[in-house]
Amino acid sequence: MQKIAIENGRIIDPANQTDSIGSLYIAEGHIISVNETPGDFTPDIVIDAQNQIVCPGFIDMSTRLRQPGQSHKATIKSETRAAASGGVTTLVLQADTKPAADTPAIVELIKDLADKADYPNIVTIGALTQKLEGQELSPMLALKQAGCIAVGNAGKPVSNLLILRRAMEYAASHDLLLIYRPHEHSLGNKGCAHEGAIATRYGLPGIPYTAETIALAQCLELAEQTGCRVHFGQISCKRSLIKIQQAKKYGLDVSADIAVHQLHLTENDMEPFDSAYHVLPPLRSDQDKQALREALSEGVITVLCSDHQPHDLDAKLGAFPETEPGMASIETLLSLMLKLVNDKTISLSQGIAALTCNPAGILRLPSGSLSVGMIADICVFDAHMSWTIDSTTWKSKGLNTPFWGSTLSGRVTHTLQSGKIIYSLN
Amino acid sequence: MTENLQLNSDGKLKHFLTIEGLDKALLTEILDTAESFAGMSEQQVKKVPLLRGKTIVNLFFENSTRTRTTFELAAIRLSADVINMNIATSATSKGESLLDTIRNLEAMFVDMFVVRHATSGAAHFIAQHTAPHVSVINAGDGQHSHPTQAMLDMFTIRQIKKEFAPLRVAIIGDILHSRVARSQILALNTLGAAEIRVIAPKTLLPAHVETLGVNVFHNLTEGLKDIDVVIMLRLQKERMTSALLPSESEYFKCFGLTPSKLKIAKPDAIVMHPGPINRGVEIDTRVADGPQSVILQQVSNGIAVRMAVMSMAMQARGNG
Repeated sequence: MQKIAIENGRIIDPANQTDSIGSLYIAEGHIISVNETPGDFTPDIVIDAQNQIVCPGFIDMSTRLRQPGQSHKATIKSETRAAASGGVTTLVLQADTKPAADTPAIVELIKDLADKADYPNIVTIGALTQKLEGQELSPMLALKQAGCIAVGNAGKPVSNLLILRRAMEYAASHDLLLIYRPHEHSLGNKGCAHEGAIATRYGLPGIPYTAETIALAQCLELAEQTGCRVHFGQISCKRSLIKIQQAKKYGLDVSADIAVHQLHLTENDMEPFDSAYHVLPPLRSDQDKQALREALSEGVITVLCSDHQPHDLDAKLGAFPETEPGMASIETLLSLMLKLVNDKTISLSQGIAALTCNPAGILRLPSGSLSVGMIADICVFDAHMSWTIDSTTWKSKGLNTPFWGSTLSGRVTHTLQSGKIIYSLN
Repeated sequence: MTENLQLNSDGKLKHFLTIEGLDKALLTEILDTAESFAGMSEQQVKKVPLLRGKTIVNLFFENSTRTRTTFELAAIRLSADVINMNIATSATSKGESLLDTIRNLEAMFVDMFVVRHATSGAAHFIAQHTAPHVSVINAGDGQHSHPTQAMLDMFTIRQIKKEFAPLRVAIIGDILHSRVARSQILALNTLGAAEIRVIAPKTLLPAHVETLGVNVFHNLTEGLKDIDVVIMLRLQKERMTSALLPSESEYFKCFGLTPSKLKIAKPDAIVMHPGPINRGVEIDTRVADGPQSVILQQVSNGIAVRMAVMSMAMQARGNG
């Protein structure tokens, strides 16, 4: 394997509370030294990271790659290239592949596809219930043995609370983390937009905040009862944050993430009937956005994810309620995080932690830091370089982003996965 | 975006999708144009050659009798050629097929689509994707908008009450699911009505309805005080099965317009209903057929208003 030196960059490694100019030395896929040049080290490649930031590669806690099952939308090959260009070195895949990731065979298939795409770091969340139908438990131990780092509902309902309880008890027995997107479907009532003034004006079926908070509250109660570790995905409402904060104070082992677009967009940004803004959970109110920002800044929420959901053109071509929800967002993850730093919502170190060591800690992954001996998953980026989202820069097969045509700042220049350069700009 | 999409570069009405974004002058122009067509129906020759040689397709993805018929009559009286298409849609039908339908009809050199669809935003979507020479008139999209209905209601109100400024208007019933109510509220606010009230139980009101510029009442007796115009909305039977209401009889007891309830409003108040009416559910027969009812006048006015909108849109479409 190649020896690589990344020189003169600003190394930000929140896990080790490092923020200083220095160099990294990589050999055999691992970080062998920070700052001190190893004695007999002759690099094959030198990356000049002057005026750039060097940090652990990003761990994206919620993605859909559309394979297996929907390769007309995107493929593991196309989306891992998009991920690499966004500095993401570990992809956490939601269980709602087609078929759902409820058997070791599907998990193995995903691993094979990942290897073929030269992007081995795809970790799959196993389905909590068979076919994600909320009826019967999935073979969680077998899924864990096949490599699943957690089990989850992928936003699908587990409407029978007895089954949710049993699933959580069973997951806890095998020390499996539950990744749960709280959504009470009966209250969601086929809605497609936040139940608020905008939905009322445009006659769009609304999703009330209680669809999230009630499902969250139920799951929190069961977490306490069952001892199951829970990570809540894509929190969108102010009142959910209060509940999470209380639970943490109470000593429950819970954590949560926010899809980064929720920190920038609200119902008011929705162009009338523009399906690019159709996401689930829906874009909420200004108040919710402010509360989410505060929660991130105060550490109630510690993880940012892209909630990447690439779509084919037809999926987004129609009257708003009939289009499929989701945004292709992995390539905007870094820029939207940096925007929070520029807004002074969070520090740069906090933002990087939310994409690296914090998810690594929750998922117990051996990555997310730049300690000597760690696997060399690294992102080098220029925080001030601006770029325009268009067909010359975009890698994802999904063009469904409301930021299309916008100019954002923050561009990845190099991405290393296990010591291998998987992306370099130009 | 909605605003610009509807207007051509000269600010003329090219598509008619929603009342939103249209100013008082434009709404008044629609009413005045309708006025010029209003007398025509009673004449021996009920036709003008304004749209001769033009092809209009009534594209109804949702059932309708009244709206479709008045659109058809309006087109005929403008001398256009009209084709009616009733396209039953399944719940799974996608925008893809909607777009394909539109593209196919466009290829047959259609000049105007009159569209009704069960999904909010459908007319908007069609207007965005249709060829530049085609006009789109929204004949009702989901719970969003039904602008010609609102304008024919405004026309009827103006006929009788002359001015909007002093009027207090009450809209009663299922506001939540009503595209008619949304359009009426926008039109009444733009035309400067003194007060708009919505009267309904909470289950039939959308979230933050007050942001539309209305006062909210849950009690009919309180809400009808000092009212000049009473607009009743149709109550659909499925509201009972979806747990929005306990029963038709309880609804009628609370919100049904009876002669005694109507007495609470001003003595010269008029009663309107976009139809079709459910007698004994939202309105007492004695009120529906009573002297204060203008329900049938609304239907007649529908033709003139639709003629106005169609002729205006057809004129504007040439100018980009």
